[in-house]
Amino acid sequence: MPPISPVLEVVPVNATCLELRLAGAWTVAAPLPAPDRVLQALRENSAIRSLHFDCHALASWDSLLLTFVVKVLDACEERGILADQSGLPKGLQGMLALAHAVPERQDAFRPLEPAGFAAMIGRHILNGIEDGRRLVEFVGEATLAFGRLLLGRARFRGADLLRLLQECGPNALPIISLISVLVGMILAFIGAVQLRVFGAQIFIADLVGLGMAREMGATMAAILMAGRTGAAFAAELGSMQVNDEIDAMKTSGFPPMEFLVLPRILALFMMTPFLCLYADILGIFGGALAAAGMFDVSFAEYYIQIENRLRLVDFEVGIGKSAVFGILVAIAGCMRGLQCGRSSTAVGFATTSAVVTGIVFIVVSDAVMTLIVTTLNLYQK
Amino acid sequence: MRTAHIEVSGLTMAYGEYVVMRSLNFAVRRGEIFIIMGGSGSGKSTLLRHLIGLQAPAAGTVYFDGHDFWRASDAERGRLLRRMGILYQSGALWSSMTLAENIALPLSAHTQLTPKEIAELTSLKLALVGLAGFENYYPSEISGGMQKRAALARAMALDPEILLFDEPSAGLDPVSARRLDELILHLRDSLGSTVVIITHDLASILSIGTDSIFLDTETKSIIARGPPRELLKTSDQPRVQDFLTRGQVLASTSSSRSSARRRL
Repeated sequence: MPPISPVLEVVPVNATCLELRLAGAWTVAAPLPAPDRVLQALRENSAIRSLHFDCHALASWDSLLLTFVVKVLDACEERGILADQSGLPKGLQGMLALAHAVPERQDAFRPLEPAGFAAMIGRHILNGIEDGRRLVEFVGEATLAFGRLLLGRARFRGADLLRLLQECGPNALPIISLISVLVGMILAFIGAVQLRVFGAQIFIADLVGLGMAREMGATMAAILMAGRTGAAFAAELGSMQVNDEIDAMKTSGFPPMEFLVLPRILALFMMTPFLCLYADILGIFGGALAAAGMFDVSFAEYYIQIENRLRLVDFEVGIGKSAVFGILVAIAGCMRGLQCGRSSTAVGFATTSAVVTGIVFIVVSDAVMTLIVTTLNLYQK
Repeated sequence: MRTAHIEVSGLTMAYGEYVVMRSLNFAVRRGEIFIIMGGSGSGKSTLLRHLIGLQAPAAGTVYFDGHDFWRASDAERGRLLRRMGILYQSGALWSSMTLAENIALPLSAHTQLTPKEIAELTSLKLALVGLAGFENYYPSEISGGMQKRAALARAMALDPEILLFDEPSAGLDPVSARRLDELILHLRDSLGSTVVIITHDLASILSIGTDSIFLDTETKSIIARGPPRELLKTSDQPRVQDFLTRGQVLASTSSSRSSARRRL
């Protein structure tokens, strides 16, 4: 049987009494009559002193009817009209009583944050300032913890550091291999298209070699680590936060800064340079594949060209940068993890934020370091 | 000279502007099983966070054996904390470590014991909570009740003078909850520990509590204190009676239908 649509009749019984006749199905299945008609009737006729319900023809109802009745009863209460609930279905009366059994907590209600464009900009700026303050605080605490490490007073488990070294180093090799070879090939292709015009394909080796060693090896390795390990750090520390594990560490005398953050920063600081060197070599190899396969440069020529052109300082600069990137990625991951709120959404947010923050740190610090290296003329010496 | 084992003095707890409890004063004597009661959201867990240094008070302080916890140096606070064992509501076992490692970690960091002694002690503590043989399980591999007991084993790893429990029986079946109560009594009697329990569990409040306070949300203060069984008999506070009798006293009285409806 299809639901009968809800019907509302407002019937004045006499000059001071109003009756509401409800009929049909008052459920979510069909749109309900708005209480406006009743409210209007109450407003227009100020002589009305009492109101009652007639629900004999009511077929079925759910919480929607409850909200309707609540609105009507509220209006009655405001005007001092006596509302007789005895005509309502028994179950509904019970639910009304239940809704009023626990009075609203006086100071629990909190207004929504102000909406609007200006408020949004303001909020973002305040959040940004707060974020910056917390970053400074975190870096400061991490530095102190590092100081305690140098004094031999920092506490963390050697087993944790070993596990993290394994995770940040060898376990990252497959993805680093794939990406580095491809980046090397891409560099070769980009250069070759121009160089071939002059028949200078042999300089593909210079391009790929210098590009990988000075810049791309370090950057690609670091960005991969931000997406892979930085995110893992944030998720791990974040869920520890949710589960009170970080609190338990603090109260058991293991400062999270020493026990959790320090080994992670150390692990990335120690492993990223190796990953960078590995990425350099595989990138140059990828360039060789492209050069030999498509642009008539033999492996031997490529190798000799690389050997003549690349100097140790080119690798040193890249590897030096990668150590800095490693520290920054670890800081971003651990900071976001420890700042994580106490819900599962917060863990997701911390993870995303760790990757974004990590990549921003990498690019900004890379720009600064490249500027320094160029100003100091390191490559020319 | 302050003689109470734990003394809370003028403690005001607040989240920013929002005051949770105002000027709390109470003392816990040595060897007491002290219950902190109060409805949901009355700030019981927040009070615990203030007792163990996770949240700084807006005003007032806490004394342990006469030492002002919140004015102590970090090192001193660490020493005070080492004399406490804390059982968190969620257990909060370190999930990347096995049960044995969870218990061994505080032992290896804060004592001079050899690894062999630590392993023996760890097994003993696990046996005490009925988890012998589970040394090499990870927290995620055992049930919630077992996690709770393992967390208790960790809390008592260093034989603490003060044991703090946040809802120890939440999520346990009645029989396990009762066994936990007995375990708490044993610990108190054999170690002479002071026990502070935050709980809703009426059965354990009335059976093991020797002293208590009742936190009230509306007045933001303590509205009753004393042994729970006596409170049940003598308290004239309707909300305390309501709590201790599961609301049977107030069930007949109707409540005002005021602002609650407006929210619907």
